[in-house]
Order: sequence, then structure tokens, then C-alpha cells
Amino acid sequence: MNETKPQPGPSREYHFPKFEIRSLDNGIRVLIAPVRKLPVVTVLAVIDATATSDPEEKEGLAELTAQALRDGTKEIDGTELILELERLGTSLEVGADWDSTVASMTVLRDKLDDSFQLFSDVIMSPAFRNEDIDRLRSERLAERLQILDEPRGLAEESFARFLYADGSRYAEPMSGSSESVTAISREDVVNFHAANYSPDATTIIIVGDLSAAEGMTLVEKSFGKWRGNRALRAEAVDRQGNPAMASQIVSKADAAQAELRIGHVGVPRSHPDYFSIVVMNAVLGGLFSSRINLNLREAHGYTYGASSYYDWRRQAGPFVISTAVQTEVTGNTIAETMKEIDRMRTEEIDSSELSLATSYLEGVFPIRYETTAAIAAALANMVTFELPNDYYDAYRSRISAVTTADVLRAAKEHVDPERLQIVVVGDVATLKPQIEALQKGELTVLEYAKP
Amino acid sequence: MRIPVEKFELENGLRVTLSQDNTAPIVAVNLWYHVGSANEKAGRTGFAHLFEHMLFQGSENVGASEHFELIQRAGGTLNGSTWLERTNYFETVPSNQLAIALWLEADRMGGLLSAMTQTKLDTQRDVVKNERRWSVDNQPYGTCWEKLQELSFPESHPFHHSLIGSMEDLSEASLDDVAQFFRMYYTPDNAVLSIAGDFDPEEAKALVRKYFDPISRGAGRPALPSMGLPPIFGKPLRNIVEDDVSLPRIYMAFRSPIFGSDQYYAASVTGAILGMRRGSRLYRSLVRERQTAADAAAFTFDLAKGADLLVIDVTGRPGISAEELEQEIVRELDALLRDGVSDAEVERAVALIRTDTISAMQTASERADRLSMFATLLGDSDFVNDQTDKYAAVTTDRVNRFIRDRLIPENRATLVYIPRVQPESVSRDAEVAVP
Repeated sequence: MNETKPQPGPSREYHFPKFEIRSLDNGIRVLIAPVRKLPVVTVLAVIDATATSDPEEKEGLAELTAQALRDGTKEIDGTELILELERLGTSLEVGADWDSTVASMTVLRDKLDDSFQLFSDVIMSPAFRNEDIDRLRSERLAERLQILDEPRGLAEESFARFLYADGSRYAEPMSGSSESVTAISREDVVNFHAANYSPDATTIIIVGDLSAAEGMTLVEKSFGKWRGNRALRAEAVDRQGNPAMASQIVSKADAAQAELRIGHVGVPRSHPDYFSIVVMNAVLGGLFSSRINLNLREAHGYTYGASSYYDWRRQAGPFVISTAVQTEVTGNTIAETMKEIDRMRTEEIDSSELSLATSYLEGVFPIRYETTAAIAAALANMVTFELPNDYYDAYRSRISAVTTADVLRAAKEHVDPERLQIVVVGDVATLKPQIEALQKGELTVLEYAKP
Repeated sequence: MRIPVEKFELENGLRVTLSQDNTAPIVAVNLWYHVGSANEKAGRTGFAHLFEHMLFQGSENVGASEHFELIQRAGGTLNGSTWLERTNYFETVPSNQLAIALWLEADRMGGLLSAMTQTKLDTQRDVVKNERRWSVDNQPYGTCWEKLQELSFPESHPFHHSLIGSMEDLSEASLDDVAQFFRMYYTPDNAVLSIAGDFDPEEAKALVRKYFDPISRGAGRPALPSMGLPPIFGKPLRNIVEDDVSLPRIYMAFRSPIFGSDQYYAASVTGAILGMRRGSRLYRSLVRERQTAADAAAFTFDLAKGADLLVIDVTGRPGISAEELEQEIVRELDALLRDGVSDAEVERAVALIRTDTISAMQTASERADRLSMFATLLGDSDFVNDQTDKYAAVTTDRVNRFIRDRLIPENRATLVYIPRVQPESVSRDAEVAVP
């Protein structure tokens, strides 16, 4: 065999696709990125209609409203709309998250004009028929049962509820609970749409095989006559419930594994330390070759995989370490994870670990943006978080500017062992003695009862 | 839409496909080994997949965990996966890093065994057992694929047993098994290599020769037992499984023509008519109109040997029993057998598949993977460029013939998941029959 590892050749330059920013008189913003590799176009609308604006006890309204867009307009009902789009080879994807509502579709270039007209109609003038709202509500309730049947879904939701203070929108599921979804009426949906969907709250993003001029013609023709003004967006309270360390076991008898979440409230997306945190997290638990994964999976075989992430939102989303382990080693897993957190906060990483993280993040950057859908999603991210227009051009140099000292500072300031909250979903009898022995703050046991 | 295809073969039997596209400085390297769970011997279920894990544990000139580290340091992504008929390994890297990706793949194809140790095997066995817990045992309906294979293929058939394997068999796997499996199947003449994206063809060919030419041809893989099966099951098959779930779910499988055969495309279009997206028959009827299902989908498994499966997957709404849900599906199938499908339904399905097929060609990794797939399963990577035409050629008549031949009651394997009855409600309500 060839024993010597080959060295890389000179790298070829890469630029994030160029895009143009325009607007119409009614306030709608338009971003168009011509990408001409294949006859494919992705169209995406980012609307400032957020789950954080859901009224109390009607959580899930933003999501239900987004879903109801797919059920057509006064001219065309849901089934006709679906079939018409699908005959054009596309379908409308919709969803509302904490910081925006997004509607999108990917279509072949020769079908763009017809499908774009339907796309704009459903955003501006959805019918919200009574029977469709009833059906969607019942679909959501079935989905709730399925989410909670999954140990992962149950762990995510239990962790959010345990983490955030009572009354925080972030403590409730993004798409609402069974109770809150049941409380949503057609009138709520109509009002939410009227208040939050307006041209000045909307950005249309078009990426693919067309020119900026062709894109603008489409938008003007379809969205030009839309009128209305945006409502004030509500922001989430992002305060942690327990200021000190605390643990919770959510009981799932005879579970084959323990689903584990460890973390605390993180920082908002706009935080100036963003790039240091991204690199720090890559080393801690973001990469396959991260400290947490190498320890828990490759050294100990406790798990199929372990990772950490900051959930970036406009307000402070959670910082989470997430894994699923054999129930008997849950205590050891938590102890090993704590060791990695301490090491991250006390010692500067060496330059080789730093370069692994930064060269990975720089290198995969072009790989992330190979498709029109991925480029459109990146532009949507830029809009949602009000990032500068040169954000993607500057991304790789911002990453490579992070130093080992920056990483240590990010770990010291943004990973706080004193505030960690632990949630485990699994078999209480096996878990409880292990968690008690760790003495990680007050331990509560939650009997999970199926709704 | 066509992508460029350039093929050649090394003397050791490694078949190589290059597909150049210089729009971004990215290149994908993709290897398919023609071995999967179907090739496992008795008492070693799950071994092909466990073996895939061992391929990331180092080789002659690569340390444990170093494969991942070198690719990530190069700015690339990587992984591997195991399926019934094949195991693949792939990385996408910045184009100036093509050499390291090829070198790593060649190093493990040529010299895996010197790096294998009992400790590494034991650790990866634990990792895989946790993968089984995570994806099968602790997951609602998580046993569906192994139960479906068990129900749809006779016991003697290589597709009958579980891909992830049983805990007992995983415990039994030894270093000897690793060595045997490697020598038998991980040889250049049992693999295909595809490179897609930004490269210089002459340079790429030179690198492939430099790293892979020194690897010797294998001694020939043992033949699989006969895979052939009659076109239909011959009688309805069924299995009922209690699981920790709130909603009943039904998987219904139909024995179906193998992947890549002419009839396969009619089967695939039938799947899309029945259960691809919201405009499909099952979704429209059961989820939107009758509101008896929470979700509905249908798709082919894409097996290229013996027989494929067309699978329907429908979850009930709260308050709908498994029996009612099954009646709902059967009613749709009866209507399909009685009336057939319309031209518009075929057009809808083909239009959706066309967009997906073309969109998928946007990424270097997907191009490389599909080239390897066609080279491995159908013998020629050129088939990648035939797919939209093959689908466009599917007529309503062909779909209706497939339906009449294959969606009949004698060709249905029904796997029913029902919510587990809690022990207390059994004692309280003892006369309720628990299937």
C-alpha cells in the first residue's frame, strides 16, 4: 500500500451564489439568486408570522395557519390545489417555527410560471374553510400522539418544559399541545393570518434557473397588488426555570434505552460570540470527531451517537447535549459528559483540535449549498435573523479567525455546569439510583401518562 | 437531462465511473461493495452492518477514528450504510482533497485486517447494539422492517432475516468472522467506485490507478442461494404485533418485479399513485376525505434480486381500530382492482418523480451514489441517464396490468401494529380479546 498520506492540491475559489435584493412598492422584499446548473427552481416565502406570537393557551396557531394555506383559496379548494401543483411536478411545503413561517416549493423551470401563481394565491388569500380547519386540528392531535410515543419526541418536549420558566413560549411545543390545538378556532386562524401575513412582513426568495429580471416579473405580477401592514411580533421569554442544577426522570417503564438531554438556556442568535460558540461546540459535541462523541461512542460504546448543539433563535434557545444510551450506563454517561464540559472550560484546546473544527466548517461550506433548496433556505436564515447581506461571503473568514483563546472564553462564558438541567426518559427503577448517586441537584420523577 | 458518464475497469476488476461537473469545487467519492445482509451466514444476522462499523476503525496506514478525522479536517462529509444487497461508503470533499478520500478508501480495501483488534470489535458491537436499541427496540413501530422482511420472504430466502441483526448473533461475532468476511467480499472485483463533481479526468484516473491498482483481485465470492420467487405470495400473509404505540398502523406488502426491470417502473408509478404526497389516492381518501388515517404512504423497496416489494404504510386516526383501518385500505385496493387508474393519475405520479429525479442530480454525492447503484445492481452506471425516460414511458395500461397482476388478495402480506393493552385494563376487562 501507499504509506504516505497525500497532501491537498491548491484549493479552487468558491463564492456563495450571488443574489439580488429588490422590493415592491407594497413593501414585499425579493431575493433572487440565479443558479443555472439544472432546470430547477426553488421558491420560498419567509413570513414574519412566528410561533412566539401564538396567543397563550392557543400555542400552535402559527403552525396550524401555515398548514391551512395548503387547503386552497376561494377559487380552488385544497384537493384541486394539491392535484394541480402535483401535476406540475411539485408540492407546497409549509411550516411555522419560533422565528418565521416558511412556504416553499421546488419545481422544474418550465412549470414555474403556473405553479408560482398558485403559490402566491394561497399565501395572500387562503380560504380557511371550516371543514379544513377541523380536519387539520384532528391531524395535529394524531401527530401529537405520535410525537409523544417516540422517546426522542418525549425527551425533547420534556426537556423544554423543564428548562424554561413557566409562561415562556419556549416551554411549550412549537406546534402546540393537544389542549392548545383543540382550543384553536377558525376565527383564530383567520385573525392570525390577517394580522401577521402582509407584504411588509414577507420576503420572496427565488433560487435557480432564471434571471433576476424574470424573477421580478413573476413577483410583480403575482404579489404586486397585495396590501396590508404587519403586526408587532411578540418575543419569547427565555428565562430558565431552575437557576441551579436540577434533574428529572420521565418514566417510561421497560424502555429499551435511556434518552438523555443535558443543557441550559443558551444565547440568542444575534450574540456577538456566535462564531466562537460555533467552533467551541464543534469541538465539544458538534462533529463526529468531537470530544463527547469520541468519548461516549468510540471509547466507551455507550451509545450509537452523542452530540451537542445550540438551538439558534431570536431569543435564547437551548444549549443541549443529546444522546441515547443503554439504561445501565446512564450515570456513567452523565459523569463522562461532565468531565468533557469541565475540560472544555479549564484547558485551552490544542491547535490541532481547533484546526480540525475550523477546516471542517470552512470546507463543508460549499457542500452545504449545492441545491437550490439549500441556497434558498440559507437566504431565508439570513432574512429571519437579520444577518448582513455579506454574511455568507464572510462566513469562512469569520470561522478561521476564531482562536483557541476565543474557544476557551466561549466555553467559560456560555457553558455553565452550575446551571445544567438533566432530563432522562426511561425506566425509573434502573435510572433513579444512578442519577441520585451523581447528586446533580434536586431530582424529580415525572410519571408520563399517555394523553 | 443527462450527466456525463465515463467508465473504465482496473485489472483487478474494480469498475470505475467518472462524472465531471465543475460548477462548484466539490467532489464526491462513492464505493458500493456488492455485499449486504443477504450474504450473512446462519447465526450471524447483523454482521454485514457490524462490519461496516469496523471499516471506520482504521486500516494499514490509518489509525482508529482517523478516517473520520482526516476527512473532516479536509473539510468533507462522510458516512457509510448497509442494505440487504450492498454496503456503501462515501465522502464529499473540496475538490483539491480528492486524493486523500481515494487513499483512505484504498487503504481499507487493501489492508483492513492488520488494524482489527478484539477491543475495537467489542466497542463497535456495543455501539451497534445501542443502534439497535435506538432505531428498533426503543422506537414506535421500530421492528417494522425486520417483521416485514420476515413475513414477505420465505425462511430460506436471504432477504428473510433482519438487517440490524439479533442481539444474540451480534454477541457471537468474532474477529475470525471479520477476517473471513473481508477476504470474501471486500475485494476490488466485488466493488464499484464512482467519482462525481469537480476533478480533472486524467488526474482522477491516475489517482485511482495509483491507489487501487496494487490491490489484488479476490478469490471470488460465494454464490447466493437461489433468490428466485414466484410472482405472487400465493395466499394472504399476516402478522399482528403489539407495540408501545398509541395509534394502529398497517404495512401491506405486495411481491413486485425487481428493481430496474421493465415492470419495475409500473410498480414504482403505482406506489406514487397510491401513496406519494398529498394528492395520492390513499392520502386523499383516507387522510383528507374519510379522515380515518393520520398518514399514508406507498413506495417500492427497490430490491434487485429475486423479488421486490411494493409497500403501503398507513397509520390510523385516534379512535380507529386496526380492523377498521385495514378495511379502509382494502376498500381502496378493491376500487383500484375494479376501476384501474386514470391517465391523469399516471401523469401526476410521473411529473413528481421527474422533478425529484432531476433535483437529486444537483448534488455530487447523489450523482456518485446513483452511478454506483446502477453499476452494482444493474451492471451499468449509464442507466442513471435513462431514468426519466423509463418513467415517461410508463402508460396507464402498464400500471393497470401491474395492479391486476399484483395487488390481488393472494399477493398481500399484512403487518398490523396494535397498541399494547395495558396489564390493568386486561384484568379489568378480561373478556376483551387480545389478538
